[in-house]
Amino acid sequence: MSDVSSSITRDDVVAMARLARLDLDEAEVDTMAVELNAIVQSMAALRTVDTSDVEPTAHAMTVTPRLRPDCVTSSLGPGMALEQAPQKSGSAFVVPKVVG
Amino acid sequence: MDHFSTIAESRKALLSGQRSAEAHTTEVLQHIHSLESALHAFVTIDDDGALASALRIDKEVGAGRDPGPLAGVIVAVKDNIVTKGLRTTAASRILENYVPVFDGHVVERLRNAGAIIVGKTNLDEFAMGSSTENSAFYPTCNPWNVDCVPGGSSGGSAAAVAAGQACVGLGSDTGGSIRQPASLCGIVGLKPTWGRVSRYGLIAFASSLDQVGPMARTVEDCAQLMQVIAGFDANDATSVDLDVPSYQSELDRGVDGLRIGVPEQYFGPGTDPEVAQTLRTALEQMESAGAILQTVSLPTTDHCLSSYYVIAPAEASSNLARYDGVRYGYRAEATDIDAMICKTRAAGFGAEVKRRIMLGTYALSAGYYDAFYGKAQRVRTLIRDDIARVLETVDVLATPTSPIPAFRLGERVSDPLSMYLMDICTLSANLAGIPALSQPCGFTSSGLPVGLQWMGRPFDEATLFRVAACYQNRTQWHTNHPPLGAL
Repeated sequence: MSDVSSSITRDDVVAMARLARLDLDEAEVDTMAVELNAIVQSMAALRTVDTSDVEPTAHAMTVTPRLRPDCVTSSLGPGMALEQAPQKSGSAFVVPKVVG
Repeated sequence: MDHFSTIAESRKALLSGQRSAEAHTTEVLQHIHSLESALHAFVTIDDDGALASALRIDKEVGAGRDPGPLAGVIVAVKDNIVTKGLRTTAASRILENYVPVFDGHVVERLRNAGAIIVGKTNLDEFAMGSSTENSAFYPTCNPWNVDCVPGGSSGGSAAAVAAGQACVGLGSDTGGSIRQPASLCGIVGLKPTWGRVSRYGLIAFASSLDQVGPMARTVEDCAQLMQVIAGFDANDATSVDLDVPSYQSELDRGVDGLRIGVPEQYFGPGTDPEVAQTLRTALEQMESAGAILQTVSLPTTDHCLSSYYVIAPAEASSNLARYDGVRYGYRAEATDIDAMICKTRAAGFGAEVKRRIMLGTYALSAGYYDAFYGKAQRVRTLIRDDIARVLETVDVLATPTSPIPAFRLGERVSDPLSMYLMDICTLSANLAGIPALSQPCGFTSSGLPVGLQWMGRPFDEATLFRVAACYQNRTQWHTNHPPLGAL
């Protein structure tokens, strides 16, 4: 991919679409390149902000992680877990062949 | 029938035997259907489920029991909050036929409180948008002017509540999605503090910003709905275990001596002059009610939009990775699994969702992470600290909710950046995690509602209700309703 300061190329869009598992057609790639460039350029001002010695914020509130007792609790069960599956067999989700 | 009764009036009519829940629900359902061809506020209207709930409520009342604080109250739920056995789409083709096997925590609380859920309301797909035009199904129209947008993403809930299709509604707010449509439709909407209301069963968009919240026609109703949905939930790892105060008891306290900060950055050239003037008039009224106005400065305001539009898409690109056509939702046919996933997502997601997934993927990809995502998170720290510093000197902040009133359908939909600017006044509360409430404070010369936003300290929703109730008591804006006869 191009460096941070340069614009997003068509090849960048194709590479990102691959990472995002999105099939984009040629027209979508062209449009996306234009739109993403405009959006990313509008965010260039972020780079001008002095953030040296500033910690990143992942969550606005400080949440202390909680632990629950280490014991078996109820869960959906195979019937409910599979209820919305596009394709299923017995207690399994069916997908196209994964291993060649 | 009065389509605009309050929670208290609904409960009273039910518990006094004046009106059964079944009769009330039937009337509201008729009203919903009569307006839907003009508004399109709902994705799914649950006639059967609502009537079954109403019959259960009537049985409880008949047996001499109080079915709860929302007994017989008609609620519209945004269609990104899961409802057991009731289709939940997030207004996306990828979930068009998804029927959840569990209730979201807030839905469970609603049912336990005796509420009647009449349906699921329209939204921008996966809550990504500010006009409800990004719904995969149809746009929702603003009941004040059907040529205009209702705002978004909770535009369906806002339009439904404003038009009396429901007494109250649930929305979700990631960058303003409760407050901005509340403002554009002339109702009250609250984004609670992050962690105050459980997100269990909210279809995730950007998890560090998302909050579920109440929408209503009056401050009292908004507070009563909030009272029901607020509180700890073990199923949400970010739920905060703090006592929930009585919001009702705050409503009549007045604002004598309360310090209202007015950030100068929110009244700049991007704010419509009519909106700015309406706000100034409202603030003068608060001053005459005893509040102390202070001009304050939030210099990081200019960076909210950029920070948000890196962080939110980054989190969205991760959250939406789960839609792969394997376990639920739409699946495209293909001979190998990789093609199946790519085709499923290409066909299932709309243009704005794809745009944000791509933007988020870019911001998180190797070589860009520090420059974009890491930088945006650091700027988020500055924004949060900036607001916290100011909230040490004042009790609440007052700003416009939206820089402009409702705009026309189609006007901004092809220009993502101009649409993103609609969130300019609301994003900071999500980035900082603080509570913020919008309430109606007047109308433009063309008859469109204007919203006033209050922002407060973390977990201090009570003060927002207090100040909003005081303003409402001194004005009549909340008694104005859309001209439904013209629809």
